[in-house]
Amino acid sequence: MPSYIKLPAYEIIKRIKAQELMAEDYIASLYERIKKVEKDIRAYITLTEDLALKKAREIDKKVKKREKTGRLCGVGIAIKDNICTRGIRTTCASHMLENFVPPYDATVISRIKDEDGVIMGKANMDEFAMGSSTEFSYFGPTHNPWDLERVPGGSSGGSAAAVASGMATLALGSDTGGSIRCPASFCSVVGLKPTYGLVSRFGLIAYANSLEQIGPITKDVRDCALLLSCIASHDPLDNTSVDRPQEDYTKYLIDDIDGMKLGVVKEFFGEGTQDYVEKGVLEAVTNLEELGTDHQEISLKNLQYALPSYYIIAMSEASSNLARYDGLRYGYRIPNKSYDWSTVYSKDRRFGFGFEVKRRIILGTFALSAGYYEEYYLKAQKIRTLIKRDFDIAFKKFDVLIGPTMPILPFKIGEKVQDPLEMYMCDVDSVPANLAGIPSISIPCGFSKGLPIGLQIMAPPFREDLLLRVAFSFQKNFPVSAKLRSYE
Amino acid sequence: MVERKKAISKEQIESIAWLARIEISKKELELFSRQLNDILFYFSKIDEVNTKSIPPSYHVLDLVNVLRKDEVKPSLSEDISQIAPQTKGKFVKAPRMA
Amino acid sequence: MSKIKSVEIKIGLEVHCQLTNLKTKLFCSCSSDYREKEPNTLICPICMGMPGTLPVLNEKALEDAIMVAIALNSKISERMLFFRKNYFYPDMPKNFQISQYDKAGGVPLALGGYIQINGKRVRIRRIQLEEDPGKLSYEGTIESSTYTLVDYNRAGISLIEIVTEPDMETPKEARLFLEKLRSILEHLGVSNGSLEGSMRCDANISLRGGKRVEVKNISSFKEVERALNFEITRQKNLIERGIAVGQETRHWDEVRRITISLRTKEEEQDYRYFPEPDLVPVIISKDQIKKIEQSMPELPDERRKRFVEQYHLSPQTAEILTRSKAMADFFEESAKLYDKPREISNWLTGEFLSYLHDKGIEIDELTLSPKHLVDMLKLIDEGIISRKMARSVLQDMLLTGKMPDAIVKEKGLEKILDREYVRKIVEKIFKENPQAVKDAIVDKKAINYLMGQLMKATEGKIDPKMAGEVIRERLSKLSKFATS
Repeated sequence: MPSYIKLPAYEIIKRIKAQELMAEDYIASLYERIKKVEKDIRAYITLTEDLALKKAREIDKKVKKREKTGRLCGVGIAIKDNICTRGIRTTCASHMLENFVPPYDATVISRIKDEDGVIMGKANMDEFAMGSSTEFSYFGPTHNPWDLERVPGGSSGGSAAAVASGMATLALGSDTGGSIRCPASFCSVVGLKPTYGLVSRFGLIAYANSLEQIGPITKDVRDCALLLSCIASHDPLDNTSVDRPQEDYTKYLIDDIDGMKLGVVKEFFGEGTQDYVEKGVLEAVTNLEELGTDHQEISLKNLQYALPSYYIIAMSEASSNLARYDGLRYGYRIPNKSYDWSTVYSKDRRFGFGFEVKRRIILGTFALSAGYYEEYYLKAQKIRTLIKRDFDIAFKKFDVLIGPTMPILPFKIGEKVQDPLEMYMCDVDSVPANLAGIPSISIPCGFSKGLPIGLQIMAPPFREDLLLRVAFSFQKNFPVSAKLRSYE
Repeated sequence: MVERKKAISKEQIESIAWLARIEISKKELELFSRQLNDILFYFSKIDEVNTKSIPPSYHVLDLVNVLRKDEVKPSLSEDISQIAPQTKGKFVKAPRMA
Repeated sequence: MSKIKSVEIKIGLEVHCQLTNLKTKLFCSCSSDYREKEPNTLICPICMGMPGTLPVLNEKALEDAIMVAIALNSKISERMLFFRKNYFYPDMPKNFQISQYDKAGGVPLALGGYIQINGKRVRIRRIQLEEDPGKLSYEGTIESSTYTLVDYNRAGISLIEIVTEPDMETPKEARLFLEKLRSILEHLGVSNGSLEGSMRCDANISLRGGKRVEVKNISSFKEVERALNFEITRQKNLIERGIAVGQETRHWDEVRRITISLRTKEEEQDYRYFPEPDLVPVIISKDQIKKIEQSMPELPDERRKRFVEQYHLSPQTAEILTRSKAMADFFEESAKLYDKPREISNWLTGEFLSYLHDKGIEIDELTLSPKHLVDMLKLIDEGIISRKMARSVLQDMLLTGKMPDAIVKEKGLEKILDREYVRKIVEKIFKENPQAVKDAIVDKKAINYLMGQLMKATEGKIDPKMAGEVIRERLSKLSKFATS
């Protein structure tokens, strides 16, 4: 295996631009890698090898002719399969959209194409991004590269597993309640959920619109800053996209956090938190202190209500967002029978959706229905205000807040699928950032029993610079090294 | 034993499933009934919070008035038959209404 | 059959008007010019509700809707929100409609307001902006068709929904309300009511304070009177037979001209309204309202008053003329070409209106221009045609669109103006009818016979005044001769 499979994106780009490495050779070797390990990991739903190699050759030509090349010059990127790609089927890991080929690109895909990124394929996920383990995929689960019997986290499990196992150099995920950070933590890679409104949602197949963002999943913090710089831009097609000047986030990669104030969130070390995780994260806090930061514990009282509020809001919005899948205009339709339209819809949706999706639609429908709206949806949105206020107060005192990304280590495939509530509990530390709309990053901070632990850092809205600076300093001074068995 | 006041009945699940246009089998109904009640019981934790004078956060951003000009852009160039599962001529073919 | 007094009937309307003057749809940039286009050719990922797409509000649609709210004396919200109305139906690409709501924290475009009809105020409850669904069609009827055909070209067209209080007491009032509303929208230039399906409504009716019945699917305001009359008779019959009227939703079947109950589970609707997360709130400032208000054209009520003052029309006539923008425009254009406005208004509110009513069309659907009418009136003034002849000329113009002078020539309708020619005919008649001439000399009443003969000989193309003069002239010559 050529050594550049292991390299981060910025190294690859440097070499391609310097003509030390042909984009075509590099992309071909990524597919070689896929041929070797994908059968065990199952990170992809769809591979686009021909398209990728063609694009790589175009880039090589551009480089040779000394034409201007983009910031992602030739880098292989895995795209979560809920991000629409023109002409490439986009399934959302659902039987419902198994053959759906969008006639449009998501705005982030246009950005990546403009920057000369190379799409490797569409990554596996929990169906419609509903899950924390990538087990709820119509195409079967993805396996954690660190331990094939365990889950890679979710819902962007395919994206994280692809990056962790060298089947892609970069990846895009989406994060509604932790779906980027959870798999980043479980697969020992970097995952960032941007501030709500920083990255366009146009072309992201909606699960819960008011919570989700597309974000990078990468090998290290530098790559994360690079990919974020490429995808963060104002989009007139998205009402909730904020019109701010374009930023180059790589300029915040500064190894200096001396004097920064860190708040260690008490609620992130609640009763469901495993000791290994707690220990790993507290060690990271000590490490950060060595870099000159101050830390203090802080309690955000309303965080105890974050998880139920999150699920109520997400399910309610999902019940409406997913109503469009009826098999009429696109998507799965039962073989022609003489049923009336309502029956056909009910059957299309019965067979087109998986259990978890159906559970969430039914609960969301219930939470919005007459007589329950105030009790559930409205109440949850009010609690969201309280949680936002808690964060506002905390950020008056601290530059960033930290805690574990996940309360537990990666669990075994099948361990939690029977008990939805237990699965939901995994998201307890990740959902607050979505409810408050603030940016949050997960970076590897160690291993326990051979399994990765992720450190979560949160900052005020649009302060991705702070996240990247802390994460970069930590990673530079305390690199987490472990050997991925499947690499060798 | 805590009183589970927010239980959702099987009849309710059936009517909600109809409202959501999802056919569910007897077996699924049994399973969902147990699971959904567990989840709803967990959700009832939010009852503890007094939110009387708190405004909802439907949007976390303060953005307002995002509009576009009334200018025509090209519609889809693909034919409907390339997109929809069942068509008749240029129409999408839907099941009978009554 | 006992007569139910009008005061016992309460009618409320929910009117959906397309903003037909917009170039694009409400939330996407597809052309809104969908009429007579091939099905499913004016669609895009957004109006088809394809996965991952997001709506963006048409700025002009908002301005138009604000204008309507001002014209209907409504209170415009400072900060309005869009809500999702969730229900499944094959004409709805997302299976929810982006609309507005006045409960659960919802704030529609405007609340309150009224429209004045015949001195009575019909109150408006709310005005909101929403998207139109697509169009369904069937092989035969909705009940018998084994499949449904869907055209999404209309999906996403901008609609304003105007909901009234149940202030109308007769089907005619409902029709007048809709006519007035249409005239207002047309004066504002936001909607062309003559386009098929551009103005549709649902009506709710209750009799004697009984249960409310909703009649849906009324596709034009011409149908509304018919549908309401049917429904009132139906309910009246039930009441007389001692059967209680149940609260229900019925559909107006335009072909069979009856309301039918489509009893399905769908009736138990629960729309699960909640704020649309993909659209941010819209703030409407006082300045913006003021600016729009200042740019607003003259409305029917103002125009009616002006007609009375400027053209000295009776208030009733002015009211009738301004009920339709096309009619009022026709009047004013004619008045520019011809300075007897009352003469014009007489013809418009008389002959024209009854013709339009019979045909069930609008004045702008005629091939007739104000010049047609004015030219005809000038022919009368010049004595070329009589008032009576003008009526037949008008009928011809209405049918063929030909100019009046052409019709007069073609049909040889000119009046005979040549006195010498008339004298010759009179001489001939006198020769042929010596006895009648003798009678006429002694008895003035006997002159009528000679007049009749003259009219017959000239096919009535002669001015009766001239005819009398020539006959009397000849008679007086003869009588002078006889007595001298």
